[in-house]
Amino acid sequence: MPDFSVIWLTLKLAIIVTLLLLALATPLAWWLSQTQSRLKPLIGSLCTLPMVLPPTVLGFYLLLMLSPNSPIGEFSNYIGIGSLPFSFTGIAIACAIHTLPFVVQPLQNAFESFGKRPLEVAATLRAGPVATFWLVAFPLARPGFFTAAIMGFCHTIGEFGIVLMIGGNIPGQTRVLSLEIYNHVEAMEYEQAHWLAGGMMLVSFIGLLLIYCINHQSTKKPRTGRQIKSKSAMINSPLRKSA
Amino acid sequence: MSEINAHFRVEYDGFKLDVKLTLPRQGVSALFGHSGSGKTTCLRAMAGLEKLPNSYFAIGDEVWQDSEKGIFVPPHQRDIGYVFQEASLFAHLNVRDNLNFGRRRVAPEKQKVNFENICSILSLTALLDRPPCSLSGGERQRVAIARALLTSPRLLLMDEPLSALDHALKQEILPYLERLQQALSIPIIYVSHSPDEVARLADYIVIIKEGSVLKNGPLAEVMLDADAGVSFYDGRSSMLYAKVSAHKKYHLTELSIDSLTLSVPQISRLVGTKLRCRINAKDVSLCLAPPQDSSISNILAGNVSAIEEGDSPGERIVSVKISAKQTLLATITYASTKRLNLHPGCAVWAQIKSVVIL
Repeated sequence: MPDFSVIWLTLKLAIIVTLLLLALATPLAWWLSQTQSRLKPLIGSLCTLPMVLPPTVLGFYLLLMLSPNSPIGEFSNYIGIGSLPFSFTGIAIACAIHTLPFVVQPLQNAFESFGKRPLEVAATLRAGPVATFWLVAFPLARPGFFTAAIMGFCHTIGEFGIVLMIGGNIPGQTRVLSLEIYNHVEAMEYEQAHWLAGGMMLVSFIGLLLIYCINHQSTKKPRTGRQIKSKSAMINSPLRKSA
Repeated sequence: MSEINAHFRVEYDGFKLDVKLTLPRQGVSALFGHSGSGKTTCLRAMAGLEKLPNSYFAIGDEVWQDSEKGIFVPPHQRDIGYVFQEASLFAHLNVRDNLNFGRRRVAPEKQKVNFENICSILSLTALLDRPPCSLSGGERQRVAIARALLTSPRLLLMDEPLSALDHALKQEILPYLERLQQALSIPIIYVSHSPDEVARLADYIVIIKEGSVLKNGPLAEVMLDADAGVSFYDGRSSMLYAKVSAHKKYHLTELSIDSLTLSVPQISRLVGTKLRCRINAKDVSLCLAPPQDSSISNILAGNVSAIEEGDSPGERIVSVKISAKQTLLATITYASTKRLNLHPGCAVWAQIKSVVIL
């Protein structure tokens, strides 16, 4: 039987990272979808960078950035979080950075899919920017939020390289599912490896099934049909990358 | 100052817009022009959806944009209603919630447009619980119009609201627009490239050509103008305001134009309905005495007020004043003006061959 503390740690990590990312990526994706600033290509590229970098490269620089002697390390010591590398907080930050593009992109696509028109209509109906976001953009982009959450969650569960670089392999702290599978295989414990690997396959499959079901349902409605194509194109590309 | 004043200026990649307007604060003012003439840009600038540089826009003494003084009121703080070319209903809300979207944001004491009243004028009462995707194109556009009106705007801006609809749906919506105009005293600025829509709805017209104002003024007056008339309809024509006065035997309907009468093939409008008709200048001929034995039954008496050159050297356009406010145009040959010795002030009888009811 698998070690449930590993599963619990992994789920905790995925939930925290997903929530954190939804909170951070929503304003970022909204800004990227609306801005005409010259900074847009720069910020857009920076947000996508973690997707194309090998996890070891990202992990290496994050390790340096988070080390106790760095400004960030000193700050985290000062506010009492303690040393970040080889801690749960450290891998949560690292996973959030690595997973950011997988959450930003579906949100940005969703915000861009309905165009400027509904937002202009809202403005002519006296809705200020905040009301327009919550009453128009958010509900129209809701399928994008589902996709973003599922992508973020599944991608975090599957993190391997970056957790190894930042977190090491500390039981109960940073030893997540993917590392545990690696440990089992190294130790020739194929049965345990099967339990975990099979479970991961199942969870990932269910996650994808959910995304496709949501997309399929919104395709049925004629008026929201446009956003489907871009989104499923979006799902395909990151999956190929992280496989 | 109880007028709408606008001066919009912008220049980009070979297109220059410089439109200065003074519009009445009542009735329907049409911005007419071909696509790409800049009329939609003007309308968007009025709403604040477009922030043009060096521009000015004020309704009465309320200034919404004055680039010189750095004033720019964002769209959601302007008292306007805006109807887009496509209905653009919120897909996630049903008809009722779409209608209430803007109304909720207007203080109750400022709400002058009654919900039930608008729903009944635009026949929306039965649609309130339906989602937008289940509505027809005409129904959607009616919801969009009602939604804009329910914010009790000081100004209603309409950007080709009928152009996405086919002919039958246009005919379905036009009477609603006319009824609204009579029921509410909200000034409307209506952008269109359809002469028939403009001729039917507008009281005041601005013809915009390649980014500047070609002509503006009350509709019937502008239509008499040579440059404007030609760019408006293919040939010169005049527009008369009439009222259905009776339905007669032989399938005829009688229209009264001030003290004069026109007979037209029967139309299905109630007696007393005000309407407009257009008379092509080529369908009008002139006589010096009332003809007794003509097959043409519409013969109106009037006085020549002007004679100008027509499209070709052999043609003349004669303006005939048939009442204090209404003028008829007739295209006749130069030779005929000489033969009949037509001159301003002389009394003529105009024979009208056909009338287009708008």
